[in-house]
Amino acid sequence: MTRTMTIKQALNEALKEEFRRDETVIIMGCDVGVRGNPFGITLGLYDEFGPERVRDTPISEAAIVGACLGAAATGSRPIGEILFSDWITIGMDQLVNQIAKIRYMFGGKINVPLVIRAPVGAGGGQAAQHSQSFEAWFSHVPGLQVVMPITPYDVKGLLKTAIRSNDPVLFFEHKRGYEIRGEVPEEDYTIPFGEAVVRREGADVTIVAISIMVHKALAAAESLNQMGIKCEVIDPRTIYPFDYDTVLQSLDKTHRLIVTHESNRRSGIGAEIVSQVVERGFDLLDDHPVIVAGLDVPMPYNRQLEAMVIPSEEKIKNAVLKLMD
Amino acid sequence: MTKQADPKLLVDRYRLMWVIRLHEEALKVLFTQGKIGGTTHLYIGQEAIAAGVIAQLREDDYIVSTHRGHGHMLAKGGELRPMLAEILGKFTGYCKGKGGSMHIASLEVGNLGANGIVSGGLPISVGSGLSAKMRGTDQVTVVSFSDGATNEGNTHEAMNLAALWKLPVIFLFENNHYAVSTEVSRSMAGGMKNRAAAYHIPIQQVDGNDFEAVHFAAEEAIDYVRSGSGPYLLECETYRIEGHYYGDPMVYRSKEEVDAWRKKGPICRLEQALVERGILREAECREIEAEVRKEVEDAVAYAENSPEPPIESIFEDVFTEEGA
Ligand SMILES: Cc1ncc(C[n+]2csc(CCOP(=O)(O)OP(=O)(O)O)c2C)c(N)n1
Ligand SMILES: [Mg+2]
Repeated sequence: MTRTMTIKQALNEALKEEFRRDETVIIMGCDVGVRGNPFGITLGLYDEFGPERVRDTPISEAAIVGACLGAAATGSRPIGEILFSDWITIGMDQLVNQIAKIRYMFGGKINVPLVIRAPVGAGGGQAAQHSQSFEAWFSHVPGLQVVMPITPYDVKGLLKTAIRSNDPVLFFEHKRGYEIRGEVPEEDYTIPFGEAVVRREGADVTIVAISIMVHKALAAAESLNQMGIKCEVIDPRTIYPFDYDTVLQSLDKTHRLIVTHESNRRSGIGAEIVSQVVERGFDLLDDHPVIVAGLDVPMPYNRQLEAMVIPSEEKIKNAVLKLMD
Repeated sequence: MTKQADPKLLVDRYRLMWVIRLHEEALKVLFTQGKIGGTTHLYIGQEAIAAGVIAQLREDDYIVSTHRGHGHMLAKGGELRPMLAEILGKFTGYCKGKGGSMHIASLEVGNLGANGIVSGGLPISVGSGLSAKMRGTDQVTVVSFSDGATNEGNTHEAMNLAALWKLPVIFLFENNHYAVSTEVSRSMAGGMKNRAAAYHIPIQQVDGNDFEAVHFAAEEAIDYVRSGSGPYLLECETYRIEGHYYGDPMVYRSKEEVDAWRKKGPICRLEQALVERGILREAECREIEAEVRKEVEDAVAYAENSPEPPIESIFEDVFTEEGA
């Protein structure tokens, strides 16, 4: 049996089911308890599982992230929440110097089964300190897994995998994606990390789209289809590990690559994906790869400017048309 | 009889409190009309603190503000027109429409910036205090923060450093009881008195809804800091009357609690004192309110009629000179 639900509901369900399945799972963060998180992701958890396992914290990101590490090393499966990923910077030492490295530095003697959930993304008119997506930063750090799903089915299955993983996971939800609807089975399921999904098949151009850009790429593909151009849209779902095989298989057919992400372009994840593809599959390409990403400026508050900084369906379309020219 | 402030000053600050209040009321309307993006954090109920402390500063003093910073800016000499224009994202705004409600700054009025990062301003105040001291001026920096910010490392590091280096910084703790849904007793261990004592910073705790109490405490704090004695901590107890942001459903507290505090609001209390002392008549109070309302309406119209930023401005202001 499947039902239709929003990403928000699917996340909430995944949390509740994992809390019921494993009593070592706990969550902590600002306003996750009584308030159920300002986006409603943790609604009902406090009532069902109580204040011990569903912990409202002070605004102390370094302590939230670090406490997840300490708890994870000693028998809990903590989920830390940073309501906007922009503020993860305050917990950065714990993430980058501690969480990512502890297992390796200590010769594999300590496991760190934790998840940091941190909503990302722009588009809400919230300016420079509330709009960022840091997937490139974290995938640069050996020792961290980075997950960025954007359908209800995927967020549920991947959040469960993240919670059950014995290694640290950064789980990036897109703020503008919470109301996206889709089908979710009733039965328990998980999705392995490192498996991309082909969201739409096509023989002319491969578009690798990250997070919310999947939906913009699909819209662009639909409108290009009416002009006779067939785009293949790939959603990698996890940034590290990354499924290059699916991309290369697609390029074997299309020979043209576009990568699109919302975060700004410079040193972004698109650059890494392109460089890996070129190294692994140079001969598959008929043309140079193209990256459609955010402009390299802090996010401006003004909504018209913001809309120009964020990559749009239109920009993807234009990039495809230029490639096909 | 308790100490009383100069009647002229009281009327001036009473008016300022209305400016802050009605500015925020105007934002509610604009927000409801969908003319403001993002989130808007209102200063309603905390007006006596900005009017009592920040309005008491010199023009060349500095403030470092927060996400709930509109009142700070207006009290430091910020004007309604560029304020509202900024919040509407217009080119005539204080930051050319790039910053918005949470990022208003202006060196001309000595505001080093509101901040979207809770506690983000505290370390900055250490730097402006340091620079004032090193330049040999007697400029003071007031850095505002609320209960939620007290538990960030930033706050502790800043207090320690300001105390260690005897910097001219007033830590203005606007204890409005809430950080989003979290009541201060559920977030803060120890209390500010103990924390100030730990860093050897003198502290005064006052009723932040009592304008005169705030005003006199601020005078003392400013004198102390300006004379080079080091930082000072001023805790003003108040209440966040509105939701965390405009539109917050407030499931975490009762209507009775909010109503009880509403009755203790700073504007009605100062108004009562003014009338009782014969400084203003009730009708004069209403005149002031109406006058300010007109000023705010004018500024709203100005902001609404202002141009959007030009598209080219997207790439401007990243660096002093454009790179490659
Ligand atoms: C570092 C950081 N963590 C979390 C947030 C989200 N946030 C914004 S305001 C706020 C509550 C702040 O409470 P407080 O410091 O008491 O200020 P008040 O809202 O009462 O003015 C939170 C949690 C943020 N902006 N920055
Ligand atoms: Mg507060």
